[in-house]
Amino acid sequence: MEWETVIGLEVHVQLSTATKIFSGSSTAFGAAPNTQASLVDLAMPGTLPVLNKAAVEKAVLFGLAINAEIGKRSVFERKNYFYPDLPKGYQTTQLEAPIVGRGEVEIQLEDGTRKTVRIHHAHLEEDAGKSLHEAFYDEQGRGMTGIDLNRAGTPLIEVVTEPDMRSPEEAVAFARKLHAIATTLGICDGDMSQGSMRFDVNVSVRPKGEEKLGTRTETKNLNSFRFMDAAIRQEIRRQIELIEDGGSVVQETRLFDGDTQTARSMRTKEDANDYRYFPCPDLLPVEVTDADIERLRAQLPELPDARAERFMQQYALSDYDAGLLAADRHIADYFEAAAGAAGDAKLTANWVMGEVSARLNAEGQDIRQAPLSAADLGQLIQRIKDGTISSKIAKQVFDACWQGEGSPDEVIDARGLKQVSDSGELEKVVDQIIADNAEQVAAYQAAEGAKQKKMFGFFVGQAMKLTQGKANPQQINELLQKKLTP
Amino acid sequence: MPMHRKTLTELKAGLDAGDFSARELAEHFLARIDTLDPQLNSFISVTRDQALAQADAADQARAAGQAGLLNGLPIAHKDIFCTRGVRTSCGSRMLDNFISPYDATVVERMQAAGAVMLGKTNMDEFAMGSSNETSWYGPVKNPWDVARVPGGSSGGSAAAVAARLVPAATGTDTGGSIRQPAALTGITGLKPTYGRVSRWGMIAFASSLDQAGPMATSAADCALLLSAMSGHDPRDSTSVHQPVDDYSAALDQPLKGLRIGVPEEFFPATLDDRIASTTRAAMAELEKQGATLVSIRLPSVDLSVPAYYVIAPAEASSNLSRFDGVRYGYRCDDPQDLEDMYKRSRSEGFGAEVKRRILVGTYALSHGYYDAYYLRAQKVRRLISNDFARAFEQVDVIMGPTSPEQAFALGAKSDDPVTMYMADVFTIAVNLAGLPALSMPAGMIDGLPVGIQVIGNYFREGQILNVAHQFQQATDWHQQAPAFGESA
Repeated sequence: MEWETVIGLEVHVQLSTATKIFSGSSTAFGAAPNTQASLVDLAMPGTLPVLNKAAVEKAVLFGLAINAEIGKRSVFERKNYFYPDLPKGYQTTQLEAPIVGRGEVEIQLEDGTRKTVRIHHAHLEEDAGKSLHEAFYDEQGRGMTGIDLNRAGTPLIEVVTEPDMRSPEEAVAFARKLHAIATTLGICDGDMSQGSMRFDVNVSVRPKGEEKLGTRTETKNLNSFRFMDAAIRQEIRRQIELIEDGGSVVQETRLFDGDTQTARSMRTKEDANDYRYFPCPDLLPVEVTDADIERLRAQLPELPDARAERFMQQYALSDYDAGLLAADRHIADYFEAAAGAAGDAKLTANWVMGEVSARLNAEGQDIRQAPLSAADLGQLIQRIKDGTISSKIAKQVFDACWQGEGSPDEVIDARGLKQVSDSGELEKVVDQIIADNAEQVAAYQAAEGAKQKKMFGFFVGQAMKLTQGKANPQQINELLQKKLTP
Repeated sequence: MPMHRKTLTELKAGLDAGDFSARELAEHFLARIDTLDPQLNSFISVTRDQALAQADAADQARAAGQAGLLNGLPIAHKDIFCTRGVRTSCGSRMLDNFISPYDATVVERMQAAGAVMLGKTNMDEFAMGSSNETSWYGPVKNPWDVARVPGGSSGGSAAAVAARLVPAATGTDTGGSIRQPAALTGITGLKPTYGRVSRWGMIAFASSLDQAGPMATSAADCALLLSAMSGHDPRDSTSVHQPVDDYSAALDQPLKGLRIGVPEEFFPATLDDRIASTTRAAMAELEKQGATLVSIRLPSVDLSVPAYYVIAPAEASSNLSRFDGVRYGYRCDDPQDLEDMYKRSRSEGFGAEVKRRILVGTYALSHGYYDAYYLRAQKVRRLISNDFARAFEQVDVIMGPTSPEQAFALGAKSDDPVTMYMADVFTIAVNLAGLPALSMPAGMIDGLPVGIQVIGNYFREGQILNVAHQFQQATDWHQQAPAFGESA
């Protein structure tokens, strides 16, 4: 039987505010446990939440970016359940009246197909703390659980899609697009390794052509595109096998373990909590006026789609290249700055997507920490274009610059990498090669067509060897052609 | 006249005149607490050293010409207010070991005004109760008859003020917890408009209803205290930006032209005749001063008890979730696992009434029952607010009895929570609507005080204090003190 997969996502996007959503504590990552937990974050008796306006504004910016209805009067509710890293015994979140209503996000697949994923809503909420199950022991040596409340109260928006995706590729494309939008807006730092964006995937399968949705499962805790892809593929396979073996899918929540790359059942629908949501009496409804919306709309940066479109128009880049470059605000900024300095957008795009991206990926770095500035990359490309260095030497220069040896011009000077374009000097080189390789010259002159063409490479190679790669290839070609022709 | 028979206003004048020092005042009242409170149990903690230090600081501030509004005046705080470095128990075993790391806004403001805190008063556990019998620290006795309850939940504050162990105290009122004990002990207590006084640092029972207010022996004293307690607090999102009136300055307005609404619903056929006639006599006194009585209807207030006993427990069930034994407060011995720790810490840490309300509230919010209970109760709440809004188009204040009964015997209702809840019938509607209301003594029956209630429109605390003050200028019910401790 042919199966169709149906996927919906819930994405937790950590908002990059300086302080928490309901307290003045810092949200900075990596501090010593419980040093960024105030009276409010610790849920001390008598403490009360005060809403961080910056979190509301970031949520509204997101809503505007996905053409969503903005909740003019959104309401915080309490989701009640007990867990040691949930200090109040409830999470303050939104349910009936979220800050962001229906919207949509367009995705593009590698084959160029476009598709719209509908957003059901996005709501503001607070993150929980963390339970640390390792390395805590009491006096008797029994294992204990440590609680770190630094993350408790970090503002999140949870973005909930309609079940509009039909493959892992579409789901990943959506996730990447959401990442691009959030980072371009500057509402999220996008650092997946620190949990800045986390995905829960709802997956079900149904026979192709069937209207009715199959029973879905939710896999939680996916913090990379790769894990998400792996988890969805596994879950599709698991569900199809279950059904084909005569079983049925049980509605359940599954937890993905990044270390083992497998998911296990966490709880079924039967033992799901009754969260007893009700409006939080400590917080007033959040009013967003038309004036607020217009003020924020005016702050919207150029979004990934618009920027990609412009890259195609302005720099004559392909649809795919433009989309890739525009997906990350900082990469796009870097590209534009470098292209301006280089005066060649296409070549700059190749360098940014090639060498620069490869280096960043290998070193796990962000483009903002790249040791080679956009201006320097532009300079490097200029030197290729003006013939100072060859593309091959340019890679050497790039490496040296990345290692901090200076600007491209400094490296070229210091290492003497300047291309030899002096025809007198090159002529001497060519003469010497001909003199040293009489046998090969004779063989070359006797050969014809493709064979001769192939042998020509030998002489170019010799020239590059003698000049340590600095010979201007075009000039060498011309000189060799001239001198080898009897 | 001994210092403890003076009102706060008189003590303030005495301090200003140099008749006595803040230290002398503090020592006098601390001595009374030491001698007499063992019979009343109105204090959970007495903070002698801190009180004397604050009194000395107040005397120094006065000498330096920097006396604040309450400089050197002794007060007590209900043990629901967080006080830095001092146990803040909320009347519960759950918080018996809890030393607050911070001060509530009310505590901070009164301290900044120069008040001297003598201690923390007893209360029903987590403010849940109308008799002060649910406290982990044992029941409080009514100084008019120590076999009777002082009312609740601010019963410790009420009994302490009535017995003149302290000239004034703070209370909190979620469904009548300031006004009902004030009525049962013959003192004056004011529940301000919701949002008038900051809730920061006041341990939450039902957040949308809780409000702090003053308890003292006169309306003038309550005006003085309210001036110090009130005002916007950025740490409480439900605190309002409304400017604070000069409550003391408004006291002397004549009542000519005042329209007093008398709701039929506050005088049901079942009401004790003597309480009804005491209330009517008080209103007749105000009529004599130029006020007119207007008969009004508040048709939805009959629904206020059931609505309240859904909304308040619902909010409480969530508010009390933080008491889980994880970060502070009571934790059971030797828990076997997480669930065991939660279950036993909460089972052992909370008393029966608190557990009852958590269960009721959890039920009311649960899936499938939410619409029938919580949502419907919220609709009733709106109807009640609308009733009051319509009434205030015709009248300036609304009056009636505070409680359908006087102080009852200890233990009389311990096994009958619903009868206990029904006694909140006159006070609860005010909390549901968020209005300000005051209770003051207006008569004695069988040697026990009777309280009447004056309800005002939003932020008209000045007006109800004015009405009460004018009544107290013409009568002396508020000056009557129990014989308790007279030999001391």
